[in-house]
Amino acid sequence: MAEFVKMTGIDKAFSGNQVLKDVSFDVLPGEVHALMGENGAGKSTLIKVLTGIHPRDGGTIEVRGKEVTFSNPKEAERAGIVVIHQELNIIPHLTVAENMFLGKEMTIGKTGILRKKDMYNQTLENLKRLGVTNIDPNETAGNLSVGRQQMVEIARAVSTNAEMIIMDEPTAALTDREIDSLFDVVESLRKQNVSIVYISHRMEEIFKICDRITVLRDGEYVGTERIADTDFEAVVKMMVGRELGERFPARTSEVGETIFEVKGLSRDGWFDDIDFHVKQGEILGVAGLMGAGRTEIMEAIFGAAKKKKGQVILNGKPLNIKHPQDAIRAGIGFITEDRKDEGLVLHLSIRENIALTNMKAISGKGYISSKKEVNLIDDLIERLHVRTTGREQEVKSLSGGNQQKVVIAKWLGIEPRVLILDEPTRGVDVGAKKEIYNIMNELTEQGVAIIMVSSELPEILGVSDRIMVIHEGKVARFLDREEADQEKIMQAATGGE
Amino acid sequence: MQQTIVNNLSKLGPLIGLVLIMTILGFMSDNFFTLDNLLNLLRQISINALIAFGMTYVILTGGIDLSVGSILAFGSALTAGMLASGMDPLLAVLIGLLAGFAMGAFNGLIITKGKVAPFIATLATMTIFRGATLVYTEGRPITGLSDSFLFEMIGRGYVFGIPFPGILMIIVFFLLFFLLRKTVFGRQVYAVGGNEEAAKLSGIKADRVKIWVYSLTGMLSVLAGIILTSRLNSAQPTAGTMYELDAIAAVVLGGTSLAGGRGRLYGTLIGALIIGVLDNGLNLLNVSSFYQQIVKGGVILLAVLLDRRSK
Ligand SMILES: Nc1ncnc2c1ncn2[C@@H]1O[C@H](COP(=O)(O)OP(=O)(O)OP(=O)(O)O)[C@@H](O)[C@H]1O
Ligand SMILES: [Mg+2]
Repeated sequence: MAEFVKMTGIDKAFSGNQVLKDVSFDVLPGEVHALMGENGAGKSTLIKVLTGIHPRDGGTIEVRGKEVTFSNPKEAERAGIVVIHQELNIIPHLTVAENMFLGKEMTIGKTGILRKKDMYNQTLENLKRLGVTNIDPNETAGNLSVGRQQMVEIARAVSTNAEMIIMDEPTAALTDREIDSLFDVVESLRKQNVSIVYISHRMEEIFKICDRITVLRDGEYVGTERIADTDFEAVVKMMVGRELGERFPARTSEVGETIFEVKGLSRDGWFDDIDFHVKQGEILGVAGLMGAGRTEIMEAIFGAAKKKKGQVILNGKPLNIKHPQDAIRAGIGFITEDRKDEGLVLHLSIRENIALTNMKAISGKGYISSKKEVNLIDDLIERLHVRTTGREQEVKSLSGGNQQKVVIAKWLGIEPRVLILDEPTRGVDVGAKKEIYNIMNELTEQGVAIIMVSSELPEILGVSDRIMVIHEGKVARFLDREEADQEKIMQAATGGE
Repeated sequence: MQQTIVNNLSKLGPLIGLVLIMTILGFMSDNFFTLDNLLNLLRQISINALIAFGMTYVILTGGIDLSVGSILAFGSALTAGMLASGMDPLLAVLIGLLAGFAMGAFNGLIITKGKVAPFIATLATMTIFRGATLVYTEGRPITGLSDSFLFEMIGRGYVFGIPFPGILMIIVFFLLFFLLRKTVFGRQVYAVGGNEEAAKLSGIKADRVKIWVYSLTGMLSVLAGIILTSRLNSAQPTAGTMYELDAIAAVVLGGTSLAGGRGRLYGTLIGALIIGVLDNGLNLLNVSSFYQQIVKGGVILLAVLLDRRSK
């Protein structure tokens, strides 16, 4: 079968930094092709080169056997190639229907008068194709959960009758149910002979839905395999260039006394009467469905969102937290779920971002000591293995996983006693995930109490000492490491007994 | 490599522009590059530069302050009134500055606690402060001010032949430069303008930072006003009208982004110099003030367009 897309010998550098070196990549009609690699391996960049967002420095691109160069994504779209980018492209102030038809509005003839009713119905139709029936096309897109926004984008891509859809980490923010319906869509697209390029750090997904897999490492092409001919270990080895060993490192810390307690935390309509505690050196995993209120609970504890009632107690002393600053002063760190909107100032450097939370350590009487700052930042960059050209690099130009490491680095400097991590490994590659787990281990060995919110059950099970399951804003159940399994967690999370 | 050169070029852009304009004016007018004129220039720009420094801070946090001219007028009138009634000049100046600080803080409070967009909030206070000035002065200039050495010095004095306002402006520049680059507060200004949500979650009291920034700007506006008052030896109720535009122009010419979070104080100094040099040079060339405005606007437009290109 002839390739639909064939990229050969692609080179690309950003300001002297070679990001793609002689990369080849081809996609057959109707196949689901996984593009894998560590954070910063160049996956997103390869896609951006294909669709004309970045010009390439060398190599050729063929579509349907004809050599092409797209100068922008619109041209690529006309040739039947659509991308759903890692960073969502939804315009939050517009409605779902307006987003769906952005740039290709249905009008009465050429008058520019909109056919709103038709667009509304077509939007419903497009969403229904994905099995999504609970999104109102007239809803403002920004009010939807990230997962639903993603669904809108996918529906938009599917509606263009594309012949190839590229999904760059589409499931990072989806609920399990949404992921299942996404896979159904992928399946039906495959039957319609649409090619899918699928980028994800969730290995289970790759083996579930993909036909072939291409691996990049450090911007170089490592190889292409049929899924049937390979396995988990082999793929990981291709990605990181060595054996990785256990996915979840053994827990090593000794669990001590209770250090942190939350009592009767409530906020009307969000969560109700939340009670829990964490011990020194313990990791408390917080499981639950997307939208169960886990993030909101953590934000309330941290002083980033309002609470109605309740107490937060550290070392036996009740804290009066009104602003994140109070929480930080008390020794509580909070690694937020959404690194772009809440974790980072994108156009500032790594140095300036990490420094934000660490002003106390690097300044005296309000004056910043450059030497202390540089030392602290370089230490943290090294400790977390952030892949960067240096501390002055803008975090915007880091790959997703490396951005996440910068967010984590921000909080290690304050030497927290309690660290809350909300989806700490979202969009992070297998190797880096393990590094993050190792860091969590290390912190707990020093007596830090960790609260980890995660939607990945394997992670919850692999990392936590104890698990708290949240269902619709209430604590549904606590589980010990020994007794916990996927089924029990899912049952509690969905409100079952 | 190439990108870093381009990057540095865009950082140097305002400076290159300034040198270019100065060279052209130097060729066209024999009087331009005289020591007298250059010192004169330093004095002329000091008022706009001081306001623009404050404006840079405000814009870096993602805000804007349209009320600077009115604050200047009220602060000047207040100081002049106290001087005319025979108050100690140092005390009068300090109280004036404090009033500027308070007016700025008022802006900041409306913007943060009242959650009013900076443009709207300061548009309203621009009118309010101007009205207050007219009420206070009864619409008439205040004259017959102090003949104290200190007060004369501020606007009219020279130290080693250099105009005192210029020296004052340069001292303030270095202080503010240090504040922005080397202190925790400076970092917070950039962070709040770059991503307010992330800044808050990093423990920064964004509201407090903003209130400080508007207060600082209010105080600097009154400082500029006192220089003006000393120079004219009178306070005009209409003083400072439209000064916000020159200040914003200086900030933008200096490469600071109106979206916040990005920019440099040194750029604003260059921006203020560009505007000052244009005013000064075109005067020397006897260009009518009508044409001057067209040229000035054209230069601002050109600078911004070139800046777009390089990004
Ligand atoms: N616009 C840019 N300017 C400079 N460097 C860039 C730019 N975009 C990407 N890079 C660099 O290119 C490299 C590859 O980035 P890319 O985003 O393609 O990685 P990725 O494989 O998609 O990683 P992830 O899994 O984390 O999303 C990284 O080192 C990144 O820092
Ligand atoms: Mg990527």
